[in-house]
Amino acid sequence: MSQHEIALSVNGRAYRGTVPARLTLADFLREHLRLTGTHTGCEHGVCGACSILFDGKPMRSCLIFAVQADGATITTVEGLAPDPAALSVLQDCFWEMHALQCGFCTPGMLIAAQALLDRNRAPSDEEIREAIGGNLCRCTGYKQIIDAIKLAASRLQGANAPAGSITGANNG
Amino acid sequence: MKAAEFEYARPGTVEEACRLLDGAAGDGKIIAGGQTLVPLLVMRLTRPSLVVDINRIAALQGIAASEAGIAIKAATRQADVLADAVIQHRLPLLAKGLRLVGHPQTRNRGTIGGSLANADPAAEICLIARTLDAEITARSSQATRRIAMRDFCAGAMTTALAAEECLTEVRFPLWRDASRIGTGFNEMSVRQSDFALVAAACQLVLDHDGVCRRIALGIGGAEASPVRAAAAEKRLTGTRLEAGDIDKAMGELQATLSPLSDVHASADYRRRVAGALAARAIAEARDEAKAAA
Amino acid sequence: MAEQAFRYIAKKRRPKEDRRFIAGAGRFVADLALPGMLHVALVASPYPFARIRGIDSEKALALPGVVAVLTGAELAAGVDPIMSGVDAPKIRRWPLAHQFARYPGEWVAAVVAESRAVAEDAAELVEVDYEPLTPVTDPETAMRPDAPAVHPDHGSNVLFRKKWVWGAVEEDFAAADQTLSFRARWHRSSTVPIETFGVVAQWNPAQQLLDVWASIQMPKFADQLAKALRLSGNAVRVHFDVDVGGSYGVKRGLKHSILAGFLAKKLGMPVRLMEDRLENMRGGDAQGPDRIFDMQVAFSREGIIRSLKIRALDDCGAHAGRAPLQLGKPIGAICGPYRVNSVEYEAISVTTNKTPQEAVRGFGQGPTNFALENAVDRVAAALGIDRLAVRRANLIRAEEFPYTIPSGSTYDSGDFQTVLEKALAAADYPALVAKRDAARRAGKLAGIGIACCLEPSGGNSAFEPLFNPKNETTTWMEAASIKIDGAGAVVVSINTSSSGQGHESLAATVVGEVLEREPETIRVVRADSLSALPSNSPVGSRMAIMLGGAAAGAAKKLKEAITAIAAHKLGLAAAEVEYRDGAVIARADPAKKVAWEAIAEIAHRKFHELPPGIEPGLQASHVLEVPTGGTLPSADGRVQMYPCYAFEAHIVYAEIDRITGQVALGPYIVGHDCGVMINPDIVHGMTYGGIAHGIGAALYERFRYDESGQFLSGTFMDYLIPSAHEVPDVAIVDHCTPSPLTAFGQKGSGEAGYLGAPAAISCAVNDALAPLELKIAELPMTPGLLGDLIASADKSTTRR
Repeated sequence: MSQHEIALSVNGRAYRGTVPARLTLADFLREHLRLTGTHTGCEHGVCGACSILFDGKPMRSCLIFAVQADGATITTVEGLAPDPAALSVLQDCFWEMHALQCGFCTPGMLIAAQALLDRNRAPSDEEIREAIGGNLCRCTGYKQIIDAIKLAASRLQGANAPAGSITGANNG
Repeated sequence: MKAAEFEYARPGTVEEACRLLDGAAGDGKIIAGGQTLVPLLVMRLTRPSLVVDINRIAALQGIAASEAGIAIKAATRQADVLADAVIQHRLPLLAKGLRLVGHPQTRNRGTIGGSLANADPAAEICLIARTLDAEITARSSQATRRIAMRDFCAGAMTTALAAEECLTEVRFPLWRDASRIGTGFNEMSVRQSDFALVAAACQLVLDHDGVCRRIALGIGGAEASPVRAAAAEKRLTGTRLEAGDIDKAMGELQATLSPLSDVHASADYRRRVAGALAARAIAEARDEAKAAA
Repeated sequence: MAEQAFRYIAKKRRPKEDRRFIAGAGRFVADLALPGMLHVALVASPYPFARIRGIDSEKALALPGVVAVLTGAELAAGVDPIMSGVDAPKIRRWPLAHQFARYPGEWVAAVVAESRAVAEDAAELVEVDYEPLTPVTDPETAMRPDAPAVHPDHGSNVLFRKKWVWGAVEEDFAAADQTLSFRARWHRSSTVPIETFGVVAQWNPAQQLLDVWASIQMPKFADQLAKALRLSGNAVRVHFDVDVGGSYGVKRGLKHSILAGFLAKKLGMPVRLMEDRLENMRGGDAQGPDRIFDMQVAFSREGIIRSLKIRALDDCGAHAGRAPLQLGKPIGAICGPYRVNSVEYEAISVTTNKTPQEAVRGFGQGPTNFALENAVDRVAAALGIDRLAVRRANLIRAEEFPYTIPSGSTYDSGDFQTVLEKALAAADYPALVAKRDAARRAGKLAGIGIACCLEPSGGNSAFEPLFNPKNETTTWMEAASIKIDGAGAVVVSINTSSSGQGHESLAATVVGEVLEREPETIRVVRADSLSALPSNSPVGSRMAIMLGGAAAGAAKKLKEAITAIAAHKLGLAAAEVEYRDGAVIARADPAKKVAWEAIAEIAHRKFHELPPGIEPGLQASHVLEVPTGGTLPSADGRVQMYPCYAFEAHIVYAEIDRITGQVALGPYIVGHDCGVMINPDIVHGMTYGGIAHGIGAALYERFRYDESGQFLSGTFMDYLIPSAHEVPDVAIVDHCTPSPLTAFGQKGSGEAGYLGAPAAISCAVNDALAPLELKIAELPMTPGLLGDLIASADKSTTRR
């Protein structure tokens, strides 16, 4: 069977690869690029642990073949922080609210939540549940995850508040 | 779960896609969003020798409104259709249904055409297309044909598409003189965003006196393909869609359904719920039409 | 017991281990890439029951990239059979089916190849010649003498059957004002973690050592692995520093690890067996309790419950697994939190041609609580008395602790009434009742569920000798070691893996508390099975008690040594100095002190300043036996099961759509008392998770088999796990009744929420159905089931 050349950007870095058609994007990220933060829990598009940003939008990487990602811009959990030693606001809020236990669904949750916050800094509870509705978690019962996303939203709103505003920047 | 091997091609035009399908001699499959095809591939429930990727064919992207209706190209993402202002204003029934399709991740990748070609008995898009008498355009190397939805749906997971055909577009006709138009969509799924066990879609027009001039009512998930509740539609046309009118029509609807039975729900359940959801959808559409004076 | 003021314990603290997971830097089994590693795919039986006549691997082996195909016959010749937990010596099993495939999805052959994809390609080419046999798919049918026997050598499908009578049961039933009986059915579900089970094994011939990395909750299996592989116990090294993506009981992985170990040794290359979801659901042997409870209750006209008769029939599936013992643990709380005079309990384990069970969170207590709480509600209904009043009358009172129940377990402490009242207050119960009644007047089906349930914790495995008298074991221990280096840096070593319970934070917090040092400065590492001190793994909600106790014990030893060294340095007696924040100060003159770093330096470098009799360096370990442990069951089956009893009171509001049968939950309030919480966020998190899991068991999750024995729930499209949409907001109201048995008054809590939620939701649905005079004591209560049930009673709903 033929191999295919692909070139894509992952977390801001350019990568090239030669892949068989049947290799999923999830497996390419994990096995070829050794970015093992993206996890596979079901490989049939239900659990959401494999979620990544594909051209800025959250998608299930187990349902995309690597060859289809030629030319795409991908963000994985490893690319969420501003630099390798730091944490994004959302990641820090996950830690503050203990929005995880075993950590297996966490990368997908972070991706789904980040995608929500990128377009909506003041999500309602329902909007948060809708954003993570395609990410299954067996440990947390979702409450501390939802609380973390709310905290992150309030912090991100505060970050953009003008200096001296009444709402202030001291949330969270 | 890894797919069996396949050859992969990513044509830039529909013509090329059709030629590739011809070359696969019936053993080729089109991949668009992959939300339904990839699980089948990795579970090895389908084993095409060739997968033809239509995601980069520009001619298969986009939404266009014209006199003939609203045409959505097959590889347009569900999320993009849902967000489109034209759809929200002129095809609100589709917008209502799309909100309930899958999850954000699946809508970002899944396409309108993919859902239609997959023909799951409970798929919201198929139901709405059937309810609104949409027309499918299918192209092969030999010909282009237009297939009415009622002829397109051929059973569970089965359509009238031939192996060498590519679904290129679905066109939803617009209702003329529809000043007081209303829509309703109601579904029952075990978890939110699961495939519906039963779904009901309704679009109707009221005249100035509140009398129903036209109504389309479709039921999904009850049978192998979406069905139009023709008897109920007839019964309700010319009435004010009051509770008694709806009740009678639902009785007829339930009598004509031959529902599926499976581990999730008995046939009786589907029959009962179809009636209830249809009634709710009709009421929603009626109320919406009344408010749209 | 007065509550202590803690410095670090019971305070909010970010768990240490979260840091790596939020960065995507966890180290799960599938992340391990050893050079030359080979991959396994399994060939699974499509039949529920079949004789294996032969296996032809020729085509599979011819595929490029395929290294080996292992059959059950070859494996059975090369490894010892896996032991069963019950006394059933004629039942032998191996990781691959041998001669017979006994359930749909049972692994029949293993293909090893250079990639998982190629291994799957080859697995399709393995030709197995099956002779299908008639399966038995129903547990009551399986009990009949004429039923097809899953293990003919065993003689019947009954793996275990025993009845215990604790107290004057027959007299109590005869004398009771009223009795009632009903059946409660808990269908098969399980914990189904998002990460499947996986194992990497590597054989090092130069060291004659097998290394094992696994996604395992109970890594205390190196000895069983070694025995099966016919290696000496110290020839297997299980690594505990693998992150485990959830387990909640089920990741024991003995058969997977034996298989991988055998292949690694045979092939001389590292081998990875990573279940895909299909292999996991059907052949991973991780399904859960599948029970029929026949309940009889004897009670007074005032609603006082006097006696219980419980028959629990459990469908094990094709092999024993942990299923029979899962009928035993609930004996430790067999009457729940209630004052019951006598109990008769019959436990029956039968084999059928279904996937075997593994230990599921709570080890059988969840299903038992579901049956008990339904019993209490039925007593109330039979008498026309309020369900709360019945509970209040029967709950063991705070002043009655320690309280010994008829089956011999003593409940250590509790204040059930206060927890219940707190939950009711937080729920604004009268307002909730008003809301329900208003909904009913509007034609809705609305109900409130109240469940008072125990969480036994501490993991005393006394059900093992109880169920198999030949297995005389009473040791259930845990260990921790601490060392402080010459500059004062602290390292704690723990002896097990973790799957999200926060053990690193637990150990650091406890050690920090005792040594009065900031837990952030304390590093926690994990030993491996060769370097580890004994541990019985994180099961039975035991680690807060046991790891907490062991870490505290080791820290106390160090504190004494530190004090002694400093006192000697100051020329004072130990009573003349005071330990404070890791430094030691002369009581008479606070200016005289020895700092932490100076003490460490003395210990490591200044032997001439060390007091006589103290070892150089600064290190200590402690091995702790479970409190109340060490006693075998009495002849009449009385035994102390787990030592500490946590308690939860659930209040949940539910509305059922009359037509669709969908249940909408919320508000949801739970009162929770697990004594002192070492890290409240961690405890709360597991409670929220347990409730979500309980919602799944109550409303959505079921492993289904059809009448012909085919398995219908192999994917996540069929087995429905609750998403964020299905779990309402939950409010936890804490209460603290410390345990007198533990280092800080902590009780265990890993199974919280799950043990009471299915009971509470069942009670809520029944309350909602009460106006229709319907009852349902079956889980899961799916929309299809409820919709049809309501329609059968409510003729006016055909067209709504």
